[in-house]
Amino acid sequence: MSTLHPGAAPATTTAATSGAPAPDDPAARSTTSFFATMLTQTLIVLRKDLLLEWRSRSRLVSVVLFGVVTLLLFSFAVGPDVRALREGTAGFLVLALLLSSTLGLAESFRLEQEQDAVEGLLLLPIEPVALFYGKALGNTIFLSLLAPILIPVALVLYSVEPAWSDFLRLFGLWLLTAAGLSAPGTLYSAMTSQLRSQDVLLPLLLFPLVVPVLLGAVKALDLVLTGDAMGQLGSWTIMLLAFNLIYWSLCGIVFPRAIEAS
Amino acid sequence: MIERLKWHHFVGLLGLAIVVAGTWIGLFVAPAERHMGDVMRIMYVHVPSAWSALLCFTFVFVAAVASLWTSRKRWDAYMTGGIEVGCVLTALLLVQGSIWARATWGVWWDWDVRLTTSLVMLLLFCGVLALRSFIEEANRRATWSAIAAIVAFVDVPLVYFCVRWWRSLHQIQSSPETVNSAMVLPLRLNAVAFLLIAIWMIAIRARIELARLQAEDAPEPEPLAIEER
Repeated sequence: MSTLHPGAAPATTTAATSGAPAPDDPAARSTTSFFATMLTQTLIVLRKDLLLEWRSRSRLVSVVLFGVVTLLLFSFAVGPDVRALREGTAGFLVLALLLSSTLGLAESFRLEQEQDAVEGLLLLPIEPVALFYGKALGNTIFLSLLAPILIPVALVLYSVEPAWSDFLRLFGLWLLTAAGLSAPGTLYSAMTSQLRSQDVLLPLLLFPLVVPVLLGAVKALDLVLTGDAMGQLGSWTIMLLAFNLIYWSLCGIVFPRAIEAS
Repeated sequence: MIERLKWHHFVGLLGLAIVVAGTWIGLFVAPAERHMGDVMRIMYVHVPSAWSALLCFTFVFVAAVASLWTSRKRWDAYMTGGIEVGCVLTALLLVQGSIWARATWGVWWDWDVRLTTSLVMLLLFCGVLALRSFIEEANRRATWSAIAAIVAFVDVPLVYFCVRWWRSLHQIQSSPETVNSAMVLPLRLNAVAFLLIAIWMIAIRARIELARLQAEDAPEPEPLAIEER
């Protein structure tokens, strides 16, 4: 790993001079320095991705529009039955996010393939793990930005009127769902971006994997929108958190090997 | 003839012999279940299919980690064999379960947590096979399919434990204490037999895959020179 990414040592030096706390114990200092370096590198990658996205904004606009069209199509599929639409709102919202995510996630690594930019990224003094977490955080923020548009559109289209206090919980759950989709989505996007059938492979690999996240998100959002008489919201949120913990850890561990082989 | 037979063929033949014995006892010797009647006998192949499928995917996880760790083609071949055999067993498991469900639950399919996680497990590992088929470079194919297999393995413990963690229509795991002793014997025989047959098939498939990988590495043959007259 270090031969491919020779910047590990200089990056550590950078972190040591960046104002990170320096405990007396050398081992603790080394650990603190490592995490400070990783955090710094992750934020650099995140900043680069957000900057690129902000400059064009084309990906965000097209994915938001796609999400709105999807919500519209669901209402056509169900018909003018307001009650059925209202009952299915949570499911439609999560499906709109899932379908939109494949477009956004596929694009996140396609940019890096242009003019072999990924080669340049790997030559930078940045750990591949930091590259993964930077990209995955960028995708999470990107998918979270769909919430302020898609949630109000769904509420209007499907005639759902939650209390104002529920909006914070709705956004929190949306954030957890976006994070649950982003971790495996970023890994699979890195792997499939060079293949001729990325459009087929990414959903094929991602959709079955995120079924637990979808189930948890649909149930939790539904409880917020329709009421939680049995107090089940906490357990579904814990399930979402648990899957996020598993996917973010596991994908971070295997990502360096995936990007090394690309 | 004997020299040409490999060890895995003996394992396979032993498995076939045991499955014949186990199925015979299950069909004609073991008693019918009190409430479900003869339809319960499908359990003698359904449960061994499930156990073998889960063991296959656990082996796939081990082979995938070993493949990433050592970068040896042998582990990649074993992983591929394990995924293919595991997928066949899971498909069999779902079909058998569906037939049983129609007779006892009244429906071919129910969105029960055990059924759903099993179907997801099948789709996840089929996805790994699909990924393999799109990658031409051998090292990249081995690395990426190993990574996809490790990530897919997250679902395997869920399949096993979901009936304990969530309320499920599917029953929880039985033990010899909860099953009539006359039913335990065919179940155990078929479980061993299915495992032996799965090992046999994985070994055969791994040998074929290894030969294919070695053929990929072999240099292109020189084009034949056409003699001028």
